[in-house]
Amino acid sequence: MTFLGIGIMATPEFFNEMTNDGEIRAPYTAVMRWYEGTDPAVLQQKYREAEALFRQTGITFAVYGDQPDTERLIPFDIMPRVFTQGEWERLERGIKQRARALNAFLWDVYHRGEIVRSGRIPARLVYQNQAYEPAVVGMSPAQRIYSHIIGIDLVRTGADEFYVLEDNCRTPSGVSYMLENREIMMRLFPQLFRSSRILPIDGYCDRLRRTLQSVAPPKCDQEPTVVVLTPGAFNSAYFEHSFLADQMGVELVEGRDLFVDGDFVYMRTTRGPRKVDVIYRRIDDEFIDPLCFKADSMLGVPGLMNVYRSGGVQLCSAPGAGVADDKAVYTYVPEMVRFYLGEEPILNNVPTWRCSEPDDLNYVLDKLPELVVKEVHGSGGYGMLVGPASTKQEIEDYRKRILADPADFIAQPTLALSTTPTYVDQGLVPRHVDLRPYCLVGKSIELCPGGLTRVAMTEGSLVVNSSQGGGVKDTWVLSS
Amino acid sequence: MLSRTAESLFWTSRNMERADTIARKLEMGYRMSMMPTQSGGMASEWQSILAATGELEKFQQHYDEENQDNVEHFLVYSSENPSSIKQCIRAARNNARQVRTAITSDVWSALNQAYLEFQAFEVQGGTKPDLPSLCDWTKRQAATVRGAFSNTQLHQDGADFFNLGYFVERAGNTARMLDIKYHVLLPTIETVGGAVDNYQWTTLLRAFSSHRAFHWAYGGDYSPDKIAHFLILNQACPRSLKYCLGQTNQHLDRLSQGYGAYSPAQLHAMRMRDDLATASVGDIIQNGLHEFLIQFTIENNQLAEKIADSFLFGER
Repeated sequence: MTFLGIGIMATPEFFNEMTNDGEIRAPYTAVMRWYEGTDPAVLQQKYREAEALFRQTGITFAVYGDQPDTERLIPFDIMPRVFTQGEWERLERGIKQRARALNAFLWDVYHRGEIVRSGRIPARLVYQNQAYEPAVVGMSPAQRIYSHIIGIDLVRTGADEFYVLEDNCRTPSGVSYMLENREIMMRLFPQLFRSSRILPIDGYCDRLRRTLQSVAPPKCDQEPTVVVLTPGAFNSAYFEHSFLADQMGVELVEGRDLFVDGDFVYMRTTRGPRKVDVIYRRIDDEFIDPLCFKADSMLGVPGLMNVYRSGGVQLCSAPGAGVADDKAVYTYVPEMVRFYLGEEPILNNVPTWRCSEPDDLNYVLDKLPELVVKEVHGSGGYGMLVGPASTKQEIEDYRKRILADPADFIAQPTLALSTTPTYVDQGLVPRHVDLRPYCLVGKSIELCPGGLTRVAMTEGSLVVNSSQGGGVKDTWVLSS
Repeated sequence: MLSRTAESLFWTSRNMERADTIARKLEMGYRMSMMPTQSGGMASEWQSILAATGELEKFQQHYDEENQDNVEHFLVYSSENPSSIKQCIRAARNNARQVRTAITSDVWSALNQAYLEFQAFEVQGGTKPDLPSLCDWTKRQAATVRGAFSNTQLHQDGADFFNLGYFVERAGNTARMLDIKYHVLLPTIETVGGAVDNYQWTTLLRAFSSHRAFHWAYGGDYSPDKIAHFLILNQACPRSLKYCLGQTNQHLDRLSQGYGAYSPAQLHAMRMRDDLATASVGDIIQNGLHEFLIQFTIENNQLAEKIADSFLFGER
């Protein structure tokens, strides 16, 4: 479970996605009519059923260890989050635009580096980035695509105000929850679906398979064989790996199931070796090939990178894709959109100050108590300063850290995160949410009408990650 | 199907079968230890039981005396012994967990339940079940897993690998258990006949849950050649070598048909079956029961290796 990665603090006024000046906003009218017309006892009952269903289908997330009760449930909220088709279309255009720009950027930085030569992004940020992968310089993956599944984290601050919080270009997780949330809602509240014309998302896994097949390597001359590569049953996201493999109807393999022979990668099957063309890998770059990266990795496949570089197999996402979702590079994504696509960005970044630049640094140091400051390479919400929630001492300590190495930090304003109605024991209460839609990039770019909405179940909290009590809810796009 | 999946299924069933036979061996040792020997003392069966599990040396490294407490601890609860009931159940469950999508939820919960219940036996301050109850419990778990598999699992190649695990393990165990009886208690076949020996033979049958079945099949008194026939050549006895080989062949044949090719494992299993088809108990005893059982065990181990080779288990 990833941390939302935000440093956004509560401010007194929040945009409530359901109510506006006391009126129920259009997307929520049907849900509210249903909610008010339903006996509270029935809701309680449904709530318990939802939990039972989650247990039954095994949608738990693993906690490392070997104790009997190491699997926990993610709290599920039975109130859906609703978008109109109009709202969604704008998001969709913005997300697809961003996906195109990110892939164009990745191809560029592993080739001529035009964006760097033109001075739009500092060379140091790209070429000295930990995620920049010298091993793939000059080679082109199929269709020139590096990031095939992009999870773009969004937050909302007003009726028409959305901000991109971060891009996840490597292996964004959570899509199995998006799909299972919908399955469970459809089982619990069929009448709601009959009356509401909600755009379906159940084609996601078919689309994912088609996307992966569409980037088969040049040497593949028959129907491409796709596999999902997992680190194994002890990984916390193993449920998702097996879920996706199962739903796509492809094999779920571990590194030891694969081997390289000559120009190709094969999996060991009971019928003998079978060539593999596309690998949807859920293993980080540094572990996928001990001959190329970490020599002591037991998870990868020796020789895999050679086959990849010679066009015998496609890795999704492509090694090196991580350089596009770094926090410092993030600030340049709007620039990428203008540079590669010649368009204005549809979705905004959260305004960000780069401490590497003297003017920005001065501003940041001046306004520390109001800002959120993050480490450029940090993730998981660790090592960040949330100004308004910190003591004087904490702020002063952090100031010293920034001054020691300004280029290592960025700062953002505290945003007023939107809330949606959430069902708890006391009834409906507003709780903060974010949204992660999953964009698929292959021969075509596709976006499922929906995504994973994570909700901070505790009052006032902005932390939506599951290890800290964050929950999930179904996300609807109403057909107009 | 992925070789790893096939391998995990094979080892899930092998480990459950092994836990089952360890329970049966313990039962046999427990009964025999209550029997006086011809020389007047109490029989010490524990050493032969340990020998039959193939872990005698390891036992001797960790314990000084072969008494019931030590053997029970070693064969049931020990983490050092890879063939203890605890480790077998754990291995079976972990193998299944790795291929969770290849087994039904019924099979999974049967395995997981066994694993969790065993953990409860080990809780500090809890009471461990006595040996006979523990043996019953183990056999029941094995039967539950087996039943869940037959009842809910698709009968295709995965089921063949699962069943191969059972019958390869079971044939090996039957041969070894027969050999304990031969090896330790019967230096020469001709001295059989005393009441004590009969009691020990019946204990052997009991350990296979077959002492009543034996009467149905043969009637009359026990005799070593009847018992040998029952456990080696009787087609109807689900623990006989012949039955196990018949099943092994059936599953290998089915795999070959499905995959459209003969496998080296299948050819090996066919030869073993054909050898038994023409064998008679008289010949086997004449030529040395012990030698026969040793030879069988070797060939059975080869069969397991050939299954691994034929279907690419493990490293290339």
